[in-house]
Amino acid sequence: MLNLKDVSITFNEGTPDEKKALQSVDLELKKGEFVTVIGSNGAGKSTLMNVVSGSLIPDVGEVMIDDKHVVHLPEYKRAGFIGRVFQDPMAGTAPSMTIEENLAMAYSRDKKRKLIPGVTKKRREMYREYLESLNLGLEDRLNARVGLLSGGERQALSLLMATFTEPHILMLDEHTAALDPSRAELITEITADVVKKFELTTLMVTHNMQQALDLGDRLIMMDKGQIIFDVSGEEKQELTIKDLLDEFHRIRGKQIESDRAVLG
Amino acid sequence: MSPILATLLGAFAGFIAGCITGVLHTKGNINALLAGILMMIALYSINLRLMGQPTVSMLNESTLFTQIQSWWVASGFDAFFNNIVLSLGAERFSGTWLVFSVMVILTLMVKVFLDYFLKTEVGLALRATGDNQKMIRSLSANTDGLIIIGIGISNGLVALSGALIGQYGGFANVNMGIGMIVIGLASVIIGEALFGKRTIIIATLAVIGGAIVYRIVVTMALRVDFLDSGDMKLITAVLVIAALVAPRMVQARKEKKRRLRKKAELLQRKEGEVHSA
Repeated sequence: MLNLKDVSITFNEGTPDEKKALQSVDLELKKGEFVTVIGSNGAGKSTLMNVVSGSLIPDVGEVMIDDKHVVHLPEYKRAGFIGRVFQDPMAGTAPSMTIEENLAMAYSRDKKRKLIPGVTKKRREMYREYLESLNLGLEDRLNARVGLLSGGERQALSLLMATFTEPHILMLDEHTAALDPSRAELITEITADVVKKFELTTLMVTHNMQQALDLGDRLIMMDKGQIIFDVSGEEKQELTIKDLLDEFHRIRGKQIESDRAVLG
Repeated sequence: MSPILATLLGAFAGFIAGCITGVLHTKGNINALLAGILMMIALYSINLRLMGQPTVSMLNESTLFTQIQSWWVASGFDAFFNNIVLSLGAERFSGTWLVFSVMVILTLMVKVFLDYFLKTEVGLALRATGDNQKMIRSLSANTDGLIIIGIGISNGLVALSGALIGQYGGFANVNMGIGMIVIGLASVIIGEALFGKRTIIIATLAVIGGAIVYRIVVTMALRVDFLDSGDMKLITAVLVIAALVAPRMVQARKEKKRRLRKKAELLQRKEGEVHSA
């Protein structure tokens, strides 16, 4: 489904600020696989996401989606088959437009946009049904401006908009990080539900180790632009936070007490 | 050339000019305002070349309005309406009213077109490009293309207005567009302050209404004895400031009243508790 081969990218090459954001990263996602990505700040998680989504072009390496080379496909064209949810709840929706208009825009994702109305009676029913599945009562507020929704509601809507067209790949970039614990838990639950419902191939970045362990069937850990740990199946199910930290310690052989405070 | 075709071609020329501005902005990475100004000064020279002289008179030419007038008379409606109007004891149904009706119909046509367009899939994506570019790009919309089309359409409408004004006044002058941006902006701001912009239908109505109110206010202001036509810019500036500041002051007043009411309610409740205790 998603295939990265030998992907490298360096920022500010040849200056004192040079940073090797990705170093020969190989990654393959099978259809329907749900992969969580963890790692400290600057490990290359976001760069990895941006390379897949197309907002960054790697210096070298191949990115393939469905056996198609996409490295030089612009971001907006790739977006036809990639669904994304961002960290910032403001980022995934258009605030001055209504809920149904936002859903209509998401509905056009994998189609050519035409000069036909985005909201029709039939489509409105469909949007309503999808909103009902969130259990947030948004189905009764189809004409409310999205700017009036709370952060949690917006993020739930973003998640719905990213998934209901069943994209080939779903990318979640710390999408619960800006929410309070109970809202974050709700969004995590909805995430698990929709990924299962639509059988989406998913790549999720998170700073929350527990979330990375609870969700998904494969976990990768990144550090300094490399994938240093990759675990799936039963082995992943039995993993604990302590295991992860020990593993990190073993591989990198350095003190990570400060990371424990950040990531725990 | 038929005046209708000429008017449409004028609008189309504006559309192309707008698209070029859009390309300068998106592909050339030139600041939006600067791209617009560059296009404007370039077109000034081009207009001068095309016209051959700074002012061209159309008084002896057939225009959209003279043509409509002749159709109107030929169709027999003119006599029909005049008979009714005259029998009611009023003056002749004059050509001014005909122009007025044609303009109202044209404006409504543009409004209906825009209302529909902005609700289509393309229109929604265009609006979202102004609202949250990152989001609509992640929903596979070509934002550069949409910006180019958007500026193209708006410039096409500006050119259509220019074509109509030129034919109405019977002349074209290279300087007649100067200051129009500020007037347009003033109209939009006044319209939004008066009508709001809750839905697209209201927002387009606000733009039309704002433009009309602006003209009325300026005309009335110029009737005041101590103001003359040179003061028009000052009047415009004062109007825009008023339209920008007034809604906020009204809002603040409402908020203050609301808080005072809440405070009074709280006091009353407390007093009630004291009495009952």
